[in-house]
Amino acid sequence: MSTVIEDPRIVEFDVRTDEMLVNMGPQHPSTHGVLRLLLRTDGEVVHETTPHLGYLHRCAEKIGENLTGPQWIPYTDRMDYLAGMNMNLGLALTYEKLLKIEVPQRAMNLRVLIAELGRIASHLVGMGAYGLDLGTFSPFLYAFREREIILDLFEELCGARLTYSYITIGGATHDLPVQITIPPGLASLTGKSPNLKMSWTDTCLMFLEWLEKRIFEYHTLLTRNSIFIKRTAGSGVMSADMAISYGCTGPVLRGSGVDYDLRRDGEHIYTRMYEGYKFEVPFAPFAGVKNIPSEVILGDNWCRFFVRMLEVTQSISLVRQAIAKYPTAEGTFRVPFKMSTKLPADECYLETECPKGQMGFYIVGDGQAEPLRARAKSSCFCNLSVTGPLCEGILIADIPAIVGSLDIVMGEIDR
Amino acid sequence: MTIQEIHQRLVDRFGADKITGINDKAIDPWIEVAPAAIAEIGAFLKSDPDLAFDSLNNLTAVDYLETDAKLAAKFPYQPHIEIVYHLFSFTRKHRTVIKAKFPRWMNDQVGQLPELPTVSHIWAIADWHEREAYDMMGVQFLGHPNLVRILCPDDWEGYPLRKDYQFPEEYHGVRGQ
Repeated sequence: MSTVIEDPRIVEFDVRTDEMLVNMGPQHPSTHGVLRLLLRTDGEVVHETTPHLGYLHRCAEKIGENLTGPQWIPYTDRMDYLAGMNMNLGLALTYEKLLKIEVPQRAMNLRVLIAELGRIASHLVGMGAYGLDLGTFSPFLYAFREREIILDLFEELCGARLTYSYITIGGATHDLPVQITIPPGLASLTGKSPNLKMSWTDTCLMFLEWLEKRIFEYHTLLTRNSIFIKRTAGSGVMSADMAISYGCTGPVLRGSGVDYDLRRDGEHIYTRMYEGYKFEVPFAPFAGVKNIPSEVILGDNWCRFFVRMLEVTQSISLVRQAIAKYPTAEGTFRVPFKMSTKLPADECYLETECPKGQMGFYIVGDGQAEPLRARAKSSCFCNLSVTGPLCEGILIADIPAIVGSLDIVMGEIDR
Repeated sequence: MTIQEIHQRLVDRFGADKITGINDKAIDPWIEVAPAAIAEIGAFLKSDPDLAFDSLNNLTAVDYLETDAKLAAKFPYQPHIEIVYHLFSFTRKHRTVIKAKFPRWMNDQVGQLPELPTVSHIWAIADWHEREAYDMMGVQFLGHPNLVRILCPDDWEGYPLRKDYQFPEEYHGVRGQ
């Protein structure tokens, strides 16, 4: 007697012969958090991949409707918890666009400095965790060693290591500290005394100088590693049209060969922060880069990974430029902003270039201090939506390679 | 193209019945369209070589309702729901906002979900965004290939981002509130 399937959309009950349904996650280490992938497999070949989300849903948008702008900023930290600074910046800029707040030069300078340092930290985790997905443990430890120093610097700056709430509407909560004890990690790595006291900017420059030399090592360890190339190059290939249609942004879009970065091409309120800074936007097929492995195809996992690695170098240069401009930047680090400021009966949407893609905030005001609607458009949400089509007809072992190359954070997807 | 030019082009193509309004004074200027025509308008916005809106940056639903009787007198909007489409063109480097407004419940019968056509065949990302709008705001997207909840569990009741949403007392033995 055959079983009648009432609703064929419910795949759990639609079991066919010779096919097996495999649940990957939600506690699988290579799904980057609580993502559950439902795989329909035939032996080693995956026919269908269905992502199931929502395990980390914390009603951030509903909460945002009951809070004022400054009160909602701590919730944005907890969306992409690997790049809290960049998330703060996105929301702060959206409110500034809605309320037409002019931010002083010094605050903008601080924001570039901090956001780019946050980008380095996020890409370091992206690189390390990707190595972990593919079975190599050492890059992860190196990446965390480096990231630890950035977190120490952030801790000296605002007192928090992950959930900063540092960049706020009108500027930032603090100016840079004048003198700090150098982070213990940096002291031991550079052979300096752990009691050495330096200015925050000098410590940061010392760290960057040290980090820049290490980038070469990561390339030896991963980028040009023949095992790594075999696992990543040529699989998960995504065309530029597909990336645009699926709303992919950030390194995923640039890995498919689209030359687009909001820091350069975005709205004026965002790009004016980067005026006077020199930086390049790396994108596949990486004109000017020598020794690209011959196995690499435009838009594959390796390209997405390599875009991130090149962005770290660009961010190091941006942080240096921001530090050089810092002593002469005019104005204060913040203009006062009242918590009870009433929002106009208007709305605005703004996207910023977060490490993982374009994060958008959409705020609708109705004459009260709390918005009528507070929407966070997640970049990882869009980037993840492409897994279904990308993971068709591949081997099970390639799934961590593809999902890892998208560099997702579930806190941001589920909000 | 400016918002006025985009609006004029849409009016020339679809007429004033389907392109019902424009607000060029807003911070992000928007064009209002008839909900039933959104799919054909979307297809035109993407395929027309001068418009070429190949990217849907954001799709979301907004519930315009004030439940507090004291504040309702000052509330600047009529109660309704709207779906907002934030579009961007990679080839033309311009942006626009399209809005579709409709009543909170179909035929003003509480519980009957409002309906409008899907745009998931035009921009692939709309598939997930529409699932989220359905999950959170209770809007039916006609022709959507797989309109099921995405963030909430499948057996969740109600649409949490609606302003008159009642928080559940309990869910599978877990007490709420």
